[in-house]
This record gives sequence, structure tokens and C-alpha cells, in this order.
Amino acid sequence: MKSLEQIENEIVSEFELFDEWSDKYQYIIELGQKLPPLGDKYKIEENKIKGCQSTVWLNSYEKDGRIFFEADSDSTFVKGEIALLIRALSGQKPEDIVKTELNFIDKIGLRQHIAVTRANGLANMIKQMKLYAVAFQKT
Amino acid sequence: MTAIESTLVKLSVDFDVQKIRKDFPVLAQKAYGKPLIYFDNAATSQKPQVVIDALVKYYSEYNANIHRGVHYLSGKASQAYDDVRKKVHEFIGSKVEQEIIFTRGTTEAINLIASSWGRKNIFEGDEIIISTMEHHSNIVPWQLLCEEKKAKLKVIPINDVGELLLDEFEKLISPKTKFIAIVHTSNSLGTINPVKKIISIAHKHNIPVLVDAAQAMAHEKINVMDLDCDFLAFSGHKMLGPTGVGVLYGKLSLLEAMPPYQGGGEMISSVSFEKTTYNEVPYKFEAGTPNVADVIAFGAAIDYWNTLDRKAIAEYEHELMSYASEKLKTIPGVRLIGTAKEKTSVVSFVIDELNTLDVGMYLDTLGVAVRTGHHCTEPVMSWFKIPGTIRVSFLFYNTKEEIDVMIDGVKKAAAFLKK
Repeated sequence: MKSLEQIENEIVSEFELFDEWSDKYQYIIELGQKLPPLGDKYKIEENKIKGCQSTVWLNSYEKDGRIFFEADSDSTFVKGEIALLIRALSGQKPEDIVKTELNFIDKIGLRQHIAVTRANGLANMIKQMKLYAVAFQKT
Repeated sequence: MTAIESTLVKLSVDFDVQKIRKDFPVLAQKAYGKPLIYFDNAATSQKPQVVIDALVKYYSEYNANIHRGVHYLSGKASQAYDDVRKKVHEFIGSKVEQEIIFTRGTTEAINLIASSWGRKNIFEGDEIIISTMEHHSNIVPWQLLCEEKKAKLKVIPINDVGELLLDEFEKLISPKTKFIAIVHTSNSLGTINPVKKIISIAHKHNIPVLVDAAQAMAHEKINVMDLDCDFLAFSGHKMLGPTGVGVLYGKLSLLEAMPPYQGGGEMISSVSFEKTTYNEVPYKFEAGTPNVADVIAFGAAIDYWNTLDRKAIAEYEHELMSYASEKLKTIPGVRLIGTAKEKTSVVSFVIDELNTLDVGMYLDTLGVAVRTGHHCTEPVMSWFKIPGTIRVSFLFYNTKEEIDVMIDGVKKAAAFLKK
């Protein structure tokens, strides 16, 4: 299992291949198109994180002291962002999820696009992932 | 060449868009290295250099608090501020200058009426009429008032193309109807409503009407005496002015009978712990130090409007809207939302089931700024059974060439996102 930091570094170097925002956008859309859909039984009200322009469904579970996430959205771009977050956070230890600042988001130039969008519900998703981690830490 | 293209070519002779674009420094900006194409004018317009200069000049040369200073700068600033009230009064054709109240924007103007006029005149069981296509700013203040007063909100329905059903409106009026608040031009559909007719019907029943003219001001000349509206609200920033300044127009007799909205400096005549008396209209409604700089810069925006040929502009914008609509319609999967007969230069659309945010962000990568989502009109989206639209909104400085770039982008987005 790679550490959160290792994965973040990998993502950052992948994005270094792209100079243009349009290339990053297309890559994120491709990631979104590849993200396996979340089963309908998880697309329920309790798992819903509503943004202004898109909805995210987030399911999480704990196994052997690690937390796993799966998620979906009605926006392909947001799904692409989800794919990155899941790659970084799913399977990590609760304490690592709680303390991470997810610096890769800044480094790959996505922060600006998350701020644009109360829109995209992603900031809320990160908050929710951390809340799960805090909850699992306590139990 | 289509009929639309040939009209545009003809129009460009009468209306020199390239010349006018030079007045707006932002339009020369690049977005991600590509020429910026600004199609989010319904959210806020760009500012001509004269407006920017007015702001800088105020802060560099005569910044002072107004109406109370006894010194040179204060006198100069007060004069400039008061001059803008006169300019607005002339611009919208109010009866007297005192009918112009400066607010932070349309939203605050509507809240002022709901809070001041509403609390005094609305009682349990009364009814307020709005429409399905209101911006949230012309819904929520009335909901708050209705909740507080146990009054009822009634809503004028719309048809498939996004027009108000006037017959239904008349049916909604009852002896309990005490107020009507109606949007002049819809921000999400572009529909221009027959407000003059609505006002005349309302007045037959002695019901006062507030018109939300936020989207209207930049596209047509509004005359309040001609409309005979009782209140009119609009924002400076959507009509070339700075953010943070808006206008509430009200008929003087109505304003005089209304209690103050906020308490503080400027709005008082005299204060003692036993009894405070209030300043006269409009100052009664302008508590605290006003937004002097932005009001003065807004005055520069009005001066700028007065140099433009509004009729030629309106025709040009209409051509842009028709051109974009026709082109969009030819793209497979595109459906226009809001195709009223009377429409301003706003085009809302969806592409099959594609998420509007994904499309908007794709267009952004091309340097094209559009708005996506529900545009603060969730009831409209519910009515059309869609979560949102992609909205392009034009102003006179936009061009047909820019629309071509956007159309090409929409085609590519559709192909790319449908994979």
C-alpha cells in the first residue's frame, strides 16, 4: 500500500505533463468517464452531498483499520476529481486522512476550479471524507 | 449567406462594435492564452474605462464623507454624489429626484420594500403575487414576509416557451391581494414580460407593483412614469457600473408613508433618548455613510449610456441573440430553454443529458465565459424538469465571431463529453 504522500506525488508528476488547462480538463474528464459507477443502493439521501451545480454520492466503509471510499456524481468533471481523491485517500488510515492537507490539489492547479464552484460540491466531499475518518478514528 | 448574417453585416456598418470594445479594457484580456470571450453579461457587465477612471479619480482627488463635512473635499464629494441621484432620476424618468434611493443592489432594494412597506401593509391572510420566473431575490424576501405575517404567496404560472400566463395572473387576483412583485426580464430564460399590462391590471384593483428590472436596464430604456410601476429595483453592476450600488425607485407618496429600513446616521433628523425623528425621503432610507465612490462611478456609467444609440444597440443585441439561437438549434441534442416571443439577448440551453457544469468548464478552457446551473431560479428549472442550463448572455460589445467560437466549442463539447 502506497502512502498518501507517495500517491500525491505521483498525481502531481502526471499533471506536470500538461501545460494547458484544457489538457488537464480533458484528462480529468477521461478519469471521470473511467470511474466505476456507484451501485444504486448507495445513491441514497444519506450519501448525497449537494453542490450548487452538481451532486456527489459518497459511500465509505472501514476494513482492517483502513477507510475505503467509493463515489459518483452527475458531473463527469466532478467524477474525475473524485477519481483523484479516491486514489489518494481510499485505503488510507483514518489518522492520515484526517491530517492530510491534500496539497496536490493546489499543485496540479485545481484549487482555482474548486473555488469557482460552490458549484461542484468537491470541497464538501473532502470535508465529508475527513469527517468519516474522524468518526472511524473515534470508534 | 443567411438572412441573419446579411443583417449583421449591414448592422455593423451602423454600429461600430470594434470601436466600442476599445472602451472596455477587460475585453482585451486573455484567458489561458486565448482571447477572452465574455458571455456572462447577465451575471455582471464589464466596465468602460470612464467608470474605472471615475472610481480612481474620486479616491485620488476628492474622497470625503458626504453631507456632514464643512470642508472643501466634503463639499465636492457631496455634490458629485447628489448629482448622480439627479442623473438616475432623469435616466429612468421619475417625477422627482427624491424618488431615487441608493441601495447595495437589486436584492437590497427588494428587501427594503418587503421589510418597510411590507411589514406595515401586509397582514394575516393577505396575498402577494410573484411569478414562476422570479430570481431567488424576488422570491425569498416575500417568503420571509409571508412567514412573519402569516400571509400567502401566489405564483403566476408560465408556458412551454417561458412566457407568463396572463389569464392565470388575472385569476390569481383576489380582494386579499395586497402586492405584486414581478420580474421585467428573466435572467435565466430571457423572457421580457408585459409589465406595463400587468401594472395596469393590478392598478385596476388598487394593488401596488414592484418591478425587478435588474436584467432589463442594460438592454432597453426604462421609463418609470410610462410603466407606472410603484417600485422599481435595479443594480449598477449589470449596466456597466461598479458592484455595490443599486437603485430603488418608489413613488414619492408611497416612500413618504413608509417607515425607515435601517437605523443609523444620515437617516435621522434629530436623535434623543425620548424621541428620534427621521430625515426626509430619500435620506430616510440611506442609513450610514453611503457608497460614495461607487455611486459616483455609477454616474459615469449613466453618462456613458447617454452617449449610446440605444435603439441601434437593441437591434444589434437582438441579432446576436437570434444568430446564436439559430446556430445552436442546428447542433444535435441541443434544446433551447426559453424561446419567448419577446426576448432579450439571453440564450439558455441544454445538450441532451449532459451536465451543464461539464459543458461550461469545457467552454472555459476555450476562453469562453458562460454561466451554468440554475441561475438562482430553481423554480424555473423545476418547471422545465431540468437541473440547470448553459446560459450565454450578450451585451452590445459582443460579436458574431465570438459566437462562432462558442458554437464550435459547444459542438466539440457535445462530441467529447458524450463518449
